[in-house]
Amino acid sequence: MNKKDKNSRNKADADHGIPVPETKLFNTKFSRRDMLRLTGASGLGLLLGGGGVGGIMAARQAAGRAVPAAAASGQNEEQADTIPFYGKHQAGILTPAQNFLCFASFDVTTTKVSDLKKLLEDWTAAAAALTSGTMIGTANDKPNLPPTDTGEADGLTPSGCTLTFGAGPALFDSRFGLSGKRPASFTELPAFPGDSLEPQWCGGDLCVQACADDMQVAFHAIRNLARIARGTAVLRWTQEGFQRSGSADPSGGTPRNLLGFKDGTGNPDVTDETQMRNIVWSGSADGPAWMNGGTYLAVRRVRFRIEVWDRSSLSDQEATFGRHRQSGAPIGAGDEFAELNLAAADASGKPVIPPDSHSALAHGDGSVKILRRSYSYSSGMDLKTGQLDAGLVFISFQKDLMKQFVSIQQRLAKNDRLNEYMVHTGSAVFACFPGVREGGYIGELLLEG
Amino acid sequence: MKIGYAVPAGLLAASLLFAGCAGKDNSNNDGNNGNSGNNSGNNAAAQAGSGTESVAKAGGETNADFTTAIDEYRKYVIEQCDAFVKQTEGFTDAVKAGKLDEAKTLYAPARMHYERIEPIAEALGDLDPNIDARENDVDAADWRGFHKIEQALWQNNTTEGMTDVADRLLKDAQLLRAKVETAGIDANLLVTGAVELLNEVSSSKVTGEEERYSHTDLYDFVANVEGAQKIYELLKPELAKKDPALEQTIGERFTALTNELAPFKSGEGYVSYETLKPEEVRRLSQNLDALAEPLSNMGTILGV
Repeated sequence: MNKKDKNSRNKADADHGIPVPETKLFNTKFSRRDMLRLTGASGLGLLLGGGGVGGIMAARQAAGRAVPAAAASGQNEEQADTIPFYGKHQAGILTPAQNFLCFASFDVTTTKVSDLKKLLEDWTAAAAALTSGTMIGTANDKPNLPPTDTGEADGLTPSGCTLTFGAGPALFDSRFGLSGKRPASFTELPAFPGDSLEPQWCGGDLCVQACADDMQVAFHAIRNLARIARGTAVLRWTQEGFQRSGSADPSGGTPRNLLGFKDGTGNPDVTDETQMRNIVWSGSADGPAWMNGGTYLAVRRVRFRIEVWDRSSLSDQEATFGRHRQSGAPIGAGDEFAELNLAAADASGKPVIPPDSHSALAHGDGSVKILRRSYSYSSGMDLKTGQLDAGLVFISFQKDLMKQFVSIQQRLAKNDRLNEYMVHTGSAVFACFPGVREGGYIGELLLEG
Repeated sequence: MKIGYAVPAGLLAASLLFAGCAGKDNSNNDGNNGNSGNNSGNNAAAQAGSGTESVAKAGGETNADFTTAIDEYRKYVIEQCDAFVKQTEGFTDAVKAGKLDEAKTLYAPARMHYERIEPIAEALGDLDPNIDARENDVDAADWRGFHKIEQALWQNNTTEGMTDVADRLLKDAQLLRAKVETAGIDANLLVTGAVELLNEVSSSKVTGEEERYSHTDLYDFVANVEGAQKIYELLKPELAKKDPALEQTIGERFTALTNELAPFKSGEGYVSYETLKPEEVRRLSQNLDALAEPLSNMGTILGV
């Protein structure tokens, strides 16, 4: 029933999940919004030349990402909507952040490594289907059986769906004989000052980060992966996230977090392969072979004290971030992407950008970088206080958690002015496997390498 | 019992209509010889998207004979009903005699026989609400049966005013016993019923809503699972032929769930549901879901 046969096409251009080479851009793999975001954020436009960008824009505008799925019948639209699952690296890392996130952490309940392997194989097959907008399984039209695909994404485009899988430090205990394979610096995070972690938002043996430009598509992915896991792994926690959508911000500017400030301005350039090698990807010299081409994910559920923030003055808010709210520019500058000049002082010798502001502390001396890929969350209200339970699903990717995320977070946790307005309620880290080749499965090298 | 049984009950009712007049002579009233079920949906994801899996052996016949399973199941239902009537009588006698403690002791064990065959009762008109409705499931004026007495015994700590309710409950139990004799049972009902029993657990027992005054939910929990397991045992030979991996998975998960329940045994019965910690409840629920998922694919033996 209504099975979309897009496999062959997807496989054809599934060489990797990194949308780097410019030829890819011309293959309409990028939305207009992504294009603008990338060109704006990284100066890629220079590489392409003005005419090239204009041409792409025109083409993409014609293709129209905003066209409803049902109306998008041509291959180009669907292709633009599909991010290859197979490749050298997993997708959903360098992929420009889609509109929606559905993050799930799992506990493995089986004690048999063969069951774990089967789960990862089944997840791989399902993920290939989910990211290409194909129905899962073969029993979708048999009256006597529950359909293998739960169906709510039937007829929808892939919507840029990416599924990113990782293993938590807990997986490397004695259960599966993997303790010898744990990368040396891959442990649970140390406690940070001010943490107020709740166990129901922490940890996990496995994670799946589902991102898509449609919430129903992202949810459908997590729901079906959790269903397939039944009997082998159980959900430990899930968190949905969102950001302003592409249609709400056609200019593709840096998204704002729920405190009203632009978030992600200082992110490294995902199209710069050298930077990505230095910041994100674990290389052959960096650790175990099974992580070669993988990366480490840190996820923090950060609740904003929205009500408190809302009654602080604009100048306090800006001093807290070290940036202007409207433009996103560093205090004292006019351009969002202006360099963060931490040495600048006013007439009285006081730093223009407070040294304990969020930007200043996060930047440090600029030598340590991470790739942030955060989303906002809203989880209803806190019944105890009547306040909103909303904030940030902070997600970052880095090749070494201790040297990168931990060193930055230690600075922030100690002194960040922003701490007054937020509290970290959840935390987990995962080793995100390298990409999967067709015929292989997620984590294959970990289990069999 | 719960309100949400409309659809499955409808299904069951349909099969009753279909098979009812056939009585016991329903040797081949199962699936309609479509394509044979090909794989267990449980691991169907493994074949997802590849397009290389062997699709259903088209035209494969499903001439499975369920006569033995159906006869055996009817025997089981009648046994359970006999025990149910007998123990309900003991319970209602105690209620009528004002023996509060004795009534409390007899309440949950009597109900277990009913809970094992609940899908059958649900297919038989108003019997299920009359016997097993909880407060708010039905209009206050119509509320009767076990849970009304449960409320009196545990919440009000009395048997007073329950004589009529007790008499009607026993009559309803006897009526059930009479009706199951001729109830149409077919393979479809078995398959659907097994899943339905676990859904019962999932939607009301796990949450502790079923026995909100007595907190004897674990008795119902175990009985529902036993009822489902009985059906699985009866269909096992056919399932082993069709999909041995599925048959094995279901068996393993019944064992896993039974092991999870074991620590909560107390003497002849089970501990109060109130004593379970939230994480224990969650583990039970997760083990139940882990079982119900593959169990829901037993329909593969019916053909497609």
